[in-house]
Amino acid sequence: MTFDPYASATETTEGRVYSVTGGDWSDLSTEIGATKEERVVVNMGPQHPSTHGVLRLILELEGETVTEARCGIGYLHTGIEKNTEYRTWTQGVTYVTRMDYLAPIFNETAYCMSVEKLLDIHEQIPERAQVIRVMMMELNRISSHMVCFGTGGLELGAITPMFFAFRERETVLDIFEEVSGLRMNMAYIRPGGVAQDVPQESVSRIREACKEMRKNFKDNETLLVGNSIWMKRTKDIGYLDLAGCMTLGITGPILRAAGMPWDLRKSQPYSGYENYNFDVITADTADAYGRFLVRMGELEQSLRIIEQCCDNLEKLAGAPVMVADKKIAWPSQMSVGPDGMGNSLEHIRKIMGESMEALIHHFKIVTEGFRVPAGQAYAAVESPRGETGVHTVSDGGTRPYRVHFREPSFNNLQATAAMCEGGMIADVIASVASIDPVMGGVDR
Amino acid sequence: MTHDDGMFGVQGTGDTSGFGGLAKTGASTGSSERPYGSYFDELTDDLERAYPQFSEAIEAVVVYRGELTLHVKREKLEEVARNLRDNPKLQFEMCLGVSGVHYPDQVGRELHMVYPLLSMTHNRRVRLEVSVPDADPHIPSLVEVWAGNNWHEREAFDMFGIIFDGHLGLTRILMPDDWVGHPQRKDYPLGGIPIEFQGATFPAPSERRSYQ
Repeated sequence: MTFDPYASATETTEGRVYSVTGGDWSDLSTEIGATKEERVVVNMGPQHPSTHGVLRLILELEGETVTEARCGIGYLHTGIEKNTEYRTWTQGVTYVTRMDYLAPIFNETAYCMSVEKLLDIHEQIPERAQVIRVMMMELNRISSHMVCFGTGGLELGAITPMFFAFRERETVLDIFEEVSGLRMNMAYIRPGGVAQDVPQESVSRIREACKEMRKNFKDNETLLVGNSIWMKRTKDIGYLDLAGCMTLGITGPILRAAGMPWDLRKSQPYSGYENYNFDVITADTADAYGRFLVRMGELEQSLRIIEQCCDNLEKLAGAPVMVADKKIAWPSQMSVGPDGMGNSLEHIRKIMGESMEALIHHFKIVTEGFRVPAGQAYAAVESPRGETGVHTVSDGGTRPYRVHFREPSFNNLQATAAMCEGGMIADVIASVASIDPVMGGVDR
Repeated sequence: MTHDDGMFGVQGTGDTSGFGGLAKTGASTGSSERPYGSYFDELTDDLERAYPQFSEAIEAVVVYRGELTLHVKREKLEEVARNLRDNPKLQFEMCLGVSGVHYPDQVGRELHMVYPLLSMTHNRRVRLEVSVPDADPHIPSLVEVWAGNNWHEREAFDMFGIIFDGHLGLTRILMPDDWVGHPQRKDYPLGGIPIEFQGATFPAPSERRSYQ
């Protein structure tokens, strides 16, 4: 065999190592076929189209059966937790929104809830702000589940669900853009409320979008629910029962697919979730198909909540969206302009032309931020992937002393070994897709 | 580790706003007085009944912002954890990970580990906190009690250098295996490493320029 820099074989103490990144597969299979060894260790990823992001899987195979599966993570570690310690409490939102990039609103809300707990203002958050938070979270749940279906289907070879899923996701992102000025990483939820009000005319657009999405969800449903190929790839695959979920700390759709109706929105309501009518969707199959059905069912529940939010927003038109305490609230009314979100012109006119005190206040709270009483707090929300918990510590200063995210992706990815070992290598893809990890959240 | 002034040459609190004196010392860990309120009295009573060495093992019971924190001595951590998990009246079947905090000022108890526990049966939460000195950063591993702590403890080791005794594969998880230092400690600067481009090296952010 001539030397191929992309597919060379080397000898190590562990055995013969084959690097395959291109080249002729038949050469390789002839070469491997010549060895007596049945056991092969395959390194899959981190740059692999089927591993759901920069996830590296180390698989030990006997033929096509996986005997051991291990994850290698950290390829997307960006030190977000460390960075928050060098910025003000409000600026922290801009960082944490980038963790689980498919569920930015959940990261922001959980973080803000923990800061509000420390400030002891969690009961003073205006109702309209809470309604907006709930609405944005549920919209975000839809867009996040859509990526799960789309990429999950794609990884199993079904391309059409991706087109439908991303169409719905696009609808949601358009709403996000209209409301916050940004489609992703909005930094829209702020300690004390939300950055700016939802324009009243957007409410009717959101209602229409709900109707349209309800109709469109059927496309993916008819395509996948009961589809024999999809079911063969997902049914009884990636099995993890309730006991396994409990000891591994698994929450979210995986836990609910194991039959446990645990949803923080119901069991420990926050942001006023106790005032909404919706059901907790469960399945009892504890497999990848069950998780898929749970997510599918949650879409309709999210739409129900969003519609109730729209009713509430109409009732609460003109109500404040930020806490009344001027020592915490962002000083200006933000507005969405042609270049994104910014200070409203009205406010600039006031501080530059009329009130010196307003200017000083604006300057101080924007550059220095507000102080948060010393102590620690933990706040959790039900994100699309499970419990997103934020442990925040303050030393009494204007910046966090420590922010730690309990990311459901990070925790749930531990189940890979339990789900994949003993199964076939092709089912590893289905199992990992059913965990729906977002590597930005895993590695932070 | 070499002394580093941090980003932009800021010293002390690193308050970049120019308004000095904004940082306060950490909250004291004094015990709260009974009644604790909510379900906290019942929970501590139940634990006391289930675990006779309660007064010995629990250094402080802190109720703050509607949350209960039990400060546990590290020698007793595993026993307390097992009691919290197995007693039918407590039944904290889930541990939501491990979060470390580094307090360089608290001499003799610089490193804290925080375990948020959740009981789905009783719909309750409690937090365990363990503190150990920097010079002896050993904490018993709770992977035997809650298998899901595996990665969380590896992360705490990676970020703080805590050694979890009894953990079967305590290796770095987020940082590369050959990384030097533990990034979440307060004496570790932000940035801190030179950025390598092909053919040139840029100094670390903390060494580029000093605004003083």
